[in-house]
Amino acid sequence: MTSAPPARTRRPPRLLHPAAWWLWAVGLAVAASRTTNPLLLALLVAAVSYVVAARRQQTPWGRSFGVFLRIALVAIVIRVALFALLAPASGRHVLVHLPQVPLPHWLAGLRLGGPVAAEGLLAAAYDGLRLAVILICIGAANSLTSPRRMLKSLPAALYEAGVALTVAVAFVPQAVTAVARVRTARRLRGRTDRGVRRVRGIALPVLEGALERSVELAAAMDARGFGRRDASGATTRRLTAVLTLGGLTAILASSYGLLDAGAPGWSGLPILLAGAAAAGTGFVVGRRRGGRTRYRPDPWRAAEWVVAGCGLATAVTFAVAAPDGAGSMLDPLAWPALPVVAAVGAAVAVLPAWVAPALPRPQPARAGGVTPPRLATHARAAT
Amino acid sequence: MIVFDDVTVTYPDATRPTLRAVEMEVREGEMCLVVGPTGSGKSTLLRCVNGLVPHFTGGTLTGRVVVDGRDTAHHPPRELADVVGYVGQAPQAGFVTDLVEDELAYAMESLGMRADVMRRRVEETLDLLGLADVRDRPLLSLSAGQQQRVAIGSVLTVQPRVLVLDEPTSALDPPAAEEVLAALTRLVHDLGLTVLVAEHRLERVVQYADAVVALTGIDAPVVSGAPADVLATTPVRPPVVELARLAQWNPVPLSVRDARRRAGDLRARLAHVTATPPGRSPGATVASARAVTAAYGDVWALRGVDLTLRAGQVSALMGRNGAGKSTVLGLLAGLHRPASGVVAVDGGVALVPQEPGDLLWAATVAAECRDADRDAAVTPGDTRALLAELAPDIDDAVHPRDLSEGQRLMLALAVMLVRRPRLVALDEPTRGLDYGAKRRLVGVLDRLAADGAAVVLATHDVELVAEVADRVVILADGEVVADGAAGDVVTASPVFAPQVAKVLAPLPVLTVEQARAALA
Repeated sequence: MTSAPPARTRRPPRLLHPAAWWLWAVGLAVAASRTTNPLLLALLVAAVSYVVAARRQQTPWGRSFGVFLRIALVAIVIRVALFALLAPASGRHVLVHLPQVPLPHWLAGLRLGGPVAAEGLLAAAYDGLRLAVILICIGAANSLTSPRRMLKSLPAALYEAGVALTVAVAFVPQAVTAVARVRTARRLRGRTDRGVRRVRGIALPVLEGALERSVELAAAMDARGFGRRDASGATTRRLTAVLTLGGLTAILASSYGLLDAGAPGWSGLPILLAGAAAAGTGFVVGRRRGGRTRYRPDPWRAAEWVVAGCGLATAVTFAVAAPDGAGSMLDPLAWPALPVVAAVGAAVAVLPAWVAPALPRPQPARAGGVTPPRLATHARAAT
Repeated sequence: MIVFDDVTVTYPDATRPTLRAVEMEVREGEMCLVVGPTGSGKSTLLRCVNGLVPHFTGGTLTGRVVVDGRDTAHHPPRELADVVGYVGQAPQAGFVTDLVEDELAYAMESLGMRADVMRRRVEETLDLLGLADVRDRPLLSLSAGQQQRVAIGSVLTVQPRVLVLDEPTSALDPPAAEEVLAALTRLVHDLGLTVLVAEHRLERVVQYADAVVALTGIDAPVVSGAPADVLATTPVRPPVVELARLAQWNPVPLSVRDARRRAGDLRARLAHVTATPPGRSPGATVASARAVTAAYGDVWALRGVDLTLRAGQVSALMGRNGAGKSTVLGLLAGLHRPASGVVAVDGGVALVPQEPGDLLWAATVAAECRDADRDAAVTPGDTRALLAELAPDIDDAVHPRDLSEGQRLMLALAVMLVRRPRLVALDEPTRGLDYGAKRRLVGVLDRLAADGAAVVLATHDVELVAEVADRVVILADGEVVADGAAGDVVTASPVFAPQVAKVLAPLPVLTVEQARAALA
């Protein structure tokens, strides 16, 4: 038997599992939280930005990365500005003397204005940069995945919560249309009241419509078999809920321990593992209950493992090799060193740009059926 | 397949039953049409079939409803989901997900079907309903006809034995309604599905039906039988049946094709008619548009429209969705500003939007009338008096949302007309109206024109245009492509011709009334 090997291995485009992107991004955020070294943080930002540019979707949330970049920049600026205004002078290289405002004695620990030292300013900037990079990582996950697909791949144990969220998310665009319609109607009727009466006059019909719609939706869901055949008993259901919610809470709590280098050791990894175990058990038990199946679930293949693994590897290298404090860079003031192991970790973070499969080509917008945007409303030109 | 055995339904807090002692049977593979005026209990009847009444709505149901051997008393709607597919009046309100494919799969996921079965059925349904090229589009970006087909597809994927549809085409324009009906007939003929459908626009559906159930009022018994027999006696009937009664054809033809083959004799008797009756005589110019353009961002809705509206005349704007009809009305009412050109209106404008309920937001009819008096700064009580003239049977204490479509339109009209506008504009006024409400609307429009107002309608409803319009303006792609006397424009193209004109072509007779007058 002969088999011809493919000339070059190519895989069809598809969307990566959203959980893989989130694991990658969280790994990078954990890595960033471990250092204030500006070189390493800059490498991380470069890696994240490159991956986003290569693999983000052409959707509103896909374009949201720029917003996160701006928010991150603002975070740095605020951190530095607050330091310059409030922090006590530290360091020998005083750059500028701000006018000092005398404060009452019971605020003795604080200081407003005064000398601003380069060391302190840099420490604040590095600290702000760390926070900014964490924000950028979250923003990257947000623009690489769609919240809808994330909801869809929620485990069965969280199904009801997922449905509630989906319905709630769908309410927003409908409410926007409804508000526009009510405002048009008010103009047609010549309503001119302002303030509370006006808000009430718009909000009431919109909410009434939403309520009516939710009753219709409930009827439609009932008629289509929602909540049918939940074979498991009440005990199993309660057990699933307790395990899942308890586990997720533990995971959230452990993130505090993981992100804050000063927290006691037991509050990080052990709690994370315990929480993950509890949530995992909850998901497994939940999957066995109920007769629901899932249409075209997002697959979890090699690429997903690699992308998630890249995040984990970066986090581990930073935790092991990144210098923790900023002292070595600030006293005396020096160009920061670049730890090789952590730099390799940051390089690993950029791999998903090639490992993740290419995106499916976006569907061209077709004419017809698309609701036109509203005309700018103005007074009549001529009467 | 569906058996109603002495069914009486009373909603909670209702003083009288909504359905009384209904006996009927729908046989396997039939397409059964439920007709009746608004408020006669059509929706209630349909919701009994899958148990939404009384399990979901509350109230009491006496008697028995049995579907495919299952008694709805013991099976709530979710347990009937694999037997009965139910599509309610507003499909977009029933969407659970936001993408076409996911929506089609939703019911199957609830029933726990295997992944490979789901995948295959979604593909089949996409083809069956012609949705393959919108499969990954968001539901909100679809046209109304596509949305309706997705709603039908979303219940079809579980392969129910019975399909129940509550007014699937009432809110659609003719081409979209054709799409949906074509899909439905395919389901009946190719798949042998049993279909129970309620519909106002009989002229669209009745020719496809195997049986008709007529609900004529709470105290009259339910009539069911062959379409021709039932429609010959009910007060609700399409124009072609009306014409058949005038010409005393028996059995009654249900389609234009059948009627045309019988109409040779009638055409001979009407041969002396050479022109449609002249429209109302036009008065002074009330509103005019000169070379008007308008744009929504990059999309040009109007590309140079000229239009003159005169006092005492009823004009109709026709054309497909997106042709610019609503934009013209919005410009006249001052909601938008033209990109170029001049819109001039002499006097007040009243615009009733597509959803007249948008204009109403008080808790009762009486409060709504009081608000309107205040908004328009007229003598208190004026709006209520006007409403009493337009629709005498509306109760003061009712919530506007609980009124029938027709009553709601009349209330919205009263609220707007109390300002004594010189131009009255209505956007799709006959959507969801039954024949009775439509007749009343025609009467109101007649009177408005007689009182010297200029009336303009944006509509798809050729029957309404034939009955009430003096002038028809057809828009396409933001331009006027035809403008002339209603009789000439409407008979010039078979697409825009009313049923009677199609039957009697080439005679210029548009309505049964004109035929009756010509015969007398």
